[in-house]
Formats: sequence, C-alpha cells, structure tokens
Amino acid sequence: MITIKDLSKVFQTKDREVKAVDGLSLTINKGEIYGVIGYSGAGKSTFIRLLNRLEDPTEGSIHVGDQDLTGLSKNKLRIARQDIGMIFQHFNLLWSRTVYDNIAFPLEIAGVPKEERSRRVNELIDLVGLSGRGNSYPSQLSGGQKQRVGIARALANNPKVLLCDEATSALDPETTDSILDLLVDINEKLGLTIVLITHEMHVIRKICHQVAVMEQGRIVEKGDVLDVFLHPEQPVTKKFVDQVMGDQEKEHSLKLIKDKYQSGKIVRLHFVGESTNQALISEVSRKFVLDVNILHGKITQTQKGAYGTMFVQFEGDNEEVARAIEYIRSTSVEVEVNPDA
Amino acid sequence: MLNDFFPNVRMEDMITATNETLYMTLISVAGTFILGILLGLLLYLSGPGGLWQNKVVNTITASVVNIFRAIPFIILILLLFPFTDFLVGTIRGPNAALPALIIGGAPFYARLVEIALKEVEKGVVEAAKAMGAKSSTIIFKVLLPESMPALISGITVTAIALIGYTAVAGAIGSGGLGDFAYFYGFQRSNFDVVFICTVLIIIIVFIFQFIGDYASRKLDKR
Ligand SMILES: Nc1ncnc2c1ncn2[C@@H]1O[C@H](COP(=O)(O)OP(=O)(O)OP(=O)(O)O)[C@@H](O)[C@H]1O
Ligand SMILES: [Mg+2]
Repeated sequence: MITIKDLSKVFQTKDREVKAVDGLSLTINKGEIYGVIGYSGAGKSTFIRLLNRLEDPTEGSIHVGDQDLTGLSKNKLRIARQDIGMIFQHFNLLWSRTVYDNIAFPLEIAGVPKEERSRRVNELIDLVGLSGRGNSYPSQLSGGQKQRVGIARALANNPKVLLCDEATSALDPETTDSILDLLVDINEKLGLTIVLITHEMHVIRKICHQVAVMEQGRIVEKGDVLDVFLHPEQPVTKKFVDQVMGDQEKEHSLKLIKDKYQSGKIVRLHFVGESTNQALISEVSRKFVLDVNILHGKITQTQKGAYGTMFVQFEGDNEEVARAIEYIRSTSVEVEVNPDA
Repeated sequence: MLNDFFPNVRMEDMITATNETLYMTLISVAGTFILGILLGLLLYLSGPGGLWQNKVVNTITASVVNIFRAIPFIILILLLFPFTDFLVGTIRGPNAALPALIIGGAPFYARLVEIALKEVEKGVVEAAKAMGAKSSTIIFKVLLPESMPALISGITVTAIALIGYTAVAGAIGSGGLGDFAYFYGFQRSNFDVVFICTVLIIIIVFIFQFIGDYASRKLDKR
C-alpha cells in the first residue's frame, strides 16, 4: 500500500543542518496497522508528515497505492491528500465550527453536495460514538471526544490510509484505550491501512501488527510486533519492550522460588502468541499425573496473540514430569527447565 | 428647559451633525475593515512561514503600512487633498473625509488583523492542508472564521479611533460633530455647543464599544 524508498529530510536551520529522516525505506501492506516508535526527536513526526507531503522530502520517494506522491503537482497532491486521512496529538479542530461542521469540512473541500454531506456526517458521528453531540463546539468536548471528532473528520472522504501522529499522547490511559479500540474497529470494518506514531510501547502492543523502531532518523529495527517483543535486538527496542514487559519483581521472586521450592522441577514457560496455548496449564495437569504450582508470571496480549513468561513448579513422579515437559515442547510454548533468571 | 441651560444648541443642527458623524464613521469602518483585512492577510501570508511566503512582498507591504501609520492624521488629510479632489470631486463635506479616514485607519487595522491571524493555531491550518484544502479555502474557511472574534474586537478599537479622526477631519470642514463643535461652538464661544457635541461623541463611542464587545463575545466559541 505504501512504499517508501531512501527517504531523507534535511532541515536547514541558521547555524546547522538537521537530518530528521535519514535514508529510510519501508513497505506497509494494505490493511495493516503499522506502528512507528521512537524517543523524542527521533524524527517520527517528520516522517509521518512526509507521507502526505506536509513536508517535502529532500530525497527519496513515497508511493501510496500506485501513485508516486513525490512527483505530484500541487493540484494533484491536493486530490491525493483527500485519500489520506490524518489525526493529530492536539486534535487541530476548528473551534469556530460545531462537531457536525468540523466533520463536514473535508467533504466541503472535496466538493461533496450538501445532501450527501449531511448523510455522510451523520453516519460518521455514529461510527465514532458521538451521536447527539453534533451541535456541540469542540470546547465543550473532552479530549477523547475531540479525538473522535478528529477521527471522524479524517475518515470523511473514505481514505485508504490513516496517519496518526501521537494521536493518544494527550489522553489519559483509559481514554487512550477507547481511542485505540476505535482505531482497531475501523481498521477491521473499513480495511483501512493505519500508520501510527507513538512513544508508548503499550500502544504498539495493543493495536499494531507491525512495528518499526526509529532512532536518529533511521529505522533500527522492524518486524512483526510479536517477533520484536520476543527478540528485541537493539538497545532502544529492549528499552521499549521493557516499558510494557518490564518485570521488576522477577529477580526477587526467582530467588525466593529457589529457596522455597526445593522439590520438583521449576520450569519457565515462554508464551509466544498463540491463544490456543492459553489452556496449557490446565491441559498439562489433566493429561499428566502431577501438580502444577504457578509461581510467578506476566502475560500480555498483542494483536497477534498472547505474549509473556510464566514460572511454574511441576511436582510428581520424575518420569511423568519429563513427559509433561516433552509434551509442552511439542507446542509453540518455549520451555526452559531450572532457569537461572 | 434645554434652552435654559444650552441657549445656543439647536436640535436640527445637532441631528444633522450627528448623522454626518455616523455616516463618516460607518462608511470608513466598512472601508477600513475590507482594506485592513486585505492588507493584514497580505502581511500574514507573505510573512515567514506563511502560505505565500515572500520576502519582497512582505517588506513592501510592511513599509507601506508603517509609513501611513506614522503620518499624523491631520497631515494625512492635507496630503490627500489632490487625491480626494480627484476621487470625490470636492475637499469639503463628509464624503471628502472618507479617503483619508480609510487610508488612515486601514494600516492600523491591518496590524491588528496580522496579530489576530498569527493567533490561529498552526495545527489547524496544517489539518486543512492535510485534507487537501486550497489556499482560498484555508483563508476563507479557516483563517478568517477562526480569528473572527479578534478581528471584531480589532475593528471595534479601530472604529473608536476613526470616530476621533472624524472630529479631527472637522477642522478642514468635513461636517459632523467635530466640525460643528469647532466652528459653531469654539470659534463663536458657544461652549454649550462644544459640551453637547462631546457628550454625543462619547455616546457614539460607547455604542460602538458595546456592539463590538457583544459581537466578539457571541462569536467566541473557544
Ligand atoms: N521545521 C523544522 N526545522 C528545523 N528542524 C526541525 C523541524 N522540524 C523538526 N526538526 C528537527 O528534526 C528532528 C526530528 O523532529 P521530529 O519532530 O520529527 O521528532 P519526533 O520524533 O516527532 O519527536 P517528538 O516525539 O518529540 O514529537 C528534531 O531534531 C527537530 O529539532
Ligand atoms: Mg512528534
């Protein structure tokens, strides 16, 4: 859907050059939710603004669908932008317009006739869960509601792509979750491709299929969200993964486990994204004659299934325990016996 | 009773003078509003980071605005005599005051317009661009509506300055309350006339201020 090749953006300030985006290449498939994560100043905003040419690239090319955005004239670019929705951290609504008129604005720009406009706006107000608030002004809405208006506005012209620049960064955790749910919902309902910028790993975890980690204008790591969570390679990535998977008590817990549970076998189970394996523990205790003690663990959910680690103790006949472990090995859950850490 | 306190004040003269002042004020406010917004937009759009960023245009516009703002109004009227004569066909009466009033008011208002436009959030303009809006759409559907309360309070301030200018224009025989107070009141030592003219001007100023404040508040949905 989106193909980015060798994209660079250099800002010329008075005293120096800033290479905000540096030789970046990326392919984003249709219908995917693609997350880009990075710390402040990594060049994320610049990158996403290049995607609808709010910034003009210094070098490189961007194809959206089969259209080369970089080569477009001013007029063609305006038409192309109507196919690319965008939402912002600070919503950027027109305060002089009501919710209804804000959502109608992109339709006015696209020259949609009044009647169809009204039908479409009402449809969108329902879609984003703002029924009855059409006549409110943005100043009368909460942050979450404002972002819903932003989303409705971005979707008005049935875009193929939705760009989200820190769309939830100004919201509290609960509201963030509801906005993320809405994004997943429209991704599934409308088959929309979503590119999402964030500095919060739990946003990636919760809704993205693919993730790219950005540092100093470059992508240092990318892939399936689950793969990246499982095998983070770069130090930045590890830090981000720790944001959601960080388990401060693990060390302490393990020490206690070693002291307390001297009998049986301590086993570490690593769940890697198949929801079918979530019944594993009960299955093992049913299939084999042994007791399972759950000692410590943290499991979290991603778009591609569960992910996390759990420490358990198997008590019973040695052979039976060995067979149970053998059985677990045959599933997609990774097993480690007597782990050190 | 009026005649006891104010022996020289004649009702018909006062009504005529008030009407002339109102006429000059309303027409010049309308002209200043349009010309000021045009100049203000030009200043803003050609300025750094503007939609039509252009150093040459910006410098020229800014210089013109500054020069006309620097000329004292009474001198501006004199300077504009040939222009006024050509345009209106006379240099006396309310119509003859209009060119000077508008040319004196517009640069002042243009600066207020520029400030109002700068207050519009960059992000909102950006959002409109991202939707594929044309420059004209951005101007008429984003910049002007979003800055409307400030544009209205700006024109209110300007209108009050213009009411003052109409009185100054009286010195060269434009008609209106200033003219009447000066020639019929001051020069003939009819101080009761000066007093009533002053009261009437103050009332007009208050009415403009009230309407401006009300409109600005009504439009402000922030
Ligand atoms: N218009 C500009 N002019 C000059 N430098 C800029 C401009 N925009 C961005 N930069 C620089 O480019 C770099 C990347 O900025 P960018 O806004 O893309 O970062 P970011 O990853 O979005 O950060 P944040 O998480 O804080 O939003 C920064 O060093 C910034 O100072
Ligand atoms: Mg940013």
